Amino acid sequence: MPEPRRLTLSSAIGLLVLIAAVVACAAAAFAYTAGWFSPERLTPDKLVDAFTPPGATPPLGHRRNHAKGVCFTGVFEANGAGSELSRAQVFSHGQYPVLGRFNLATADPNAPDATVRVRGLGLMISSADGQEWRMAMIDAPFFPVSNPQAFYDLLIASASKDPNAMPTFAKANPEIVKFGDWAKSAPWTGSYAEERFNSLNSFIFVDNSGGEHPVRWSLLPAAQPVAVPPDELAKRGADFLEQEIAERVGGGPARWTMTVTVANPSDPTADPSQPWPQDRRTVEVGTLTVEKIEAERDGPCRDINFDPAVLPSGMRTSDDPFPAARSSAYAKSYDRRTAEAKDYPRTAPGASQ
Amino acid sequence: MTVQRFTPLQRGLHWLMAVCILAMLFIGVGMVSTIEPTYLTLVSVHKPLGMAILILALIRLAVRLRAGAPPLPADLPEPMKLAAHLSHYVLYALMIAMPLIGWGMLSAAAYPVKLWDGVYLPSILPQSDALHTALWNAHFYLAFLFFAVILMHIAAALFHALIRRDGVFDAMGPALTRDGAAPAE
Repeated sequence: MPEPRRLTLSSAIGLLVLIAAVVACAAAAFAYTAGWFSPERLTPDKLVDAFTPPGATPPLGHRRNHAKGVCFTGVFEANGAGSELSRAQVFSHGQYPVLGRFNLATADPNAPDATVRVRGLGLMISSADGQEWRMAMIDAPFFPVSNPQAFYDLLIASASKDPNAMPTFAKANPEIVKFGDWAKSAPWTGSYAEERFNSLNSFIFVDNSGGEHPVRWSLLPAAQPVAVPPDELAKRGADFLEQEIAERVGGGPARWTMTVTVANPSDPTADPSQPWPQDRRTVEVGTLTVEKIEAERDGPCRDINFDPAVLPSGMRTSDDPFPAARSSAYAKSYDRRTAEAKDYPRTAPGASQ
Repeated sequence: MTVQRFTPLQRGLHWLMAVCILAMLFIGVGMVSTIEPTYLTLVSVHKPLGMAILILALIRLAVRLRAGAPPLPADLPEPMKLAAHLSHYVLYALMIAMPLIGWGMLSAAAYPVKLWDGVYLPSILPQSDALHTALWNAHFYLAFLFFAVILMHIAAALFHALIRRDGVFDAMGPALTRDGAAPAE
């Protein structure tokens, strides 16, 4: 053992201060990384909080957005054509089980169906290699805003009582005008089965030889869309969409064709508010068949987070910043609603605990 | 002859894991506080790094049980000896528990536990809101406990190295000591 060397009192105090400084710097670096010194940083908590207007109670036990929905199960039948774009097993010719959820873009799980403009579809396709492709699509042809910060600003502005909030937002984010025009003019339908659902976000498909293809995808309904005015829909009851799809699928499956659209080199992949031109190469990759509808309460989709960043080998995120933002916010929403499980109106107490 | 230093394997594991665990804790608090694309990058590092730490910790525990540790200086006050022993139990427990809790938490949320492209861990728990919440809370609060214990560990190491100068730091120190106290291998 080395002989301890004697320290003077003042040098011992100096060294103690040095040790305290090292610890304090490490703690400060940790706090900085955690964002404690950056109140302006857009965190998943802030984004998820913004779905609930100031002073209101969040939908405890429910998804913080797209809170109202109904579960389905079925099958995705790949025709094999997608394999030229992605080596993901789900594109090899064959059948793959799916679990999904039709939903409404609202933070209110009890919103009357006719009051919600945007309809969505969450989907999880599983392949035999144990991999999953999860996605959450909507029926709008483009996203209201071009980046996640703008989406947060939109949530804040639309919940604001300040009459200038939305005009100020629209000035800073002019792409919202195009979305407003779509919301006003696009026809409403009386069925989830008549909706076209779009990924909106861009992803990269990777083929067998490592070639990369920036893509977006859509589900095109087999059912012919029939336009119904919203005041007509309002007369059909608060839950007419769930009732209609359950009845329809009870009488026979509902189908969609999945198409994958490949970007040209100059197409905007980072901005889902900008649709690509209509003439882009589009490949039909298979058919989604919805075979069974189940209520969300204790249904198989209730406990699934349709996180768009859960991708099989052969797919990855692109320079589009939304899948990362959505993934972080969806996880936060999942953390919260699972912690509030006692507030969720389960049909069978303690079921699937 | 009394062993004065940890073996080179133990020292190597210690410093390798020190880097991994500190990186892991910073990645953890960083990733849960951002919605930027780095979120996905950090998450994709967090999971395989956590598994690497679990494997290294199990190897390290086995090596420690076999090779032992140099004794603390006889003149070290009893409360400091107790703190030294307790903090090391806590560090070993956290090194092993944190990755398992994280793995269980993802399993209880029915997320695929992806290590890297095409490589997945099996699910170790059924989906359960209650389990997910309990494990999420454990993972979150234990991470801060882990970091706090590491700060104490660093403070104590520096106290031994700079003030007591009693050879405790050199026992795990990365460089060869001046006094040639290293045991013959």
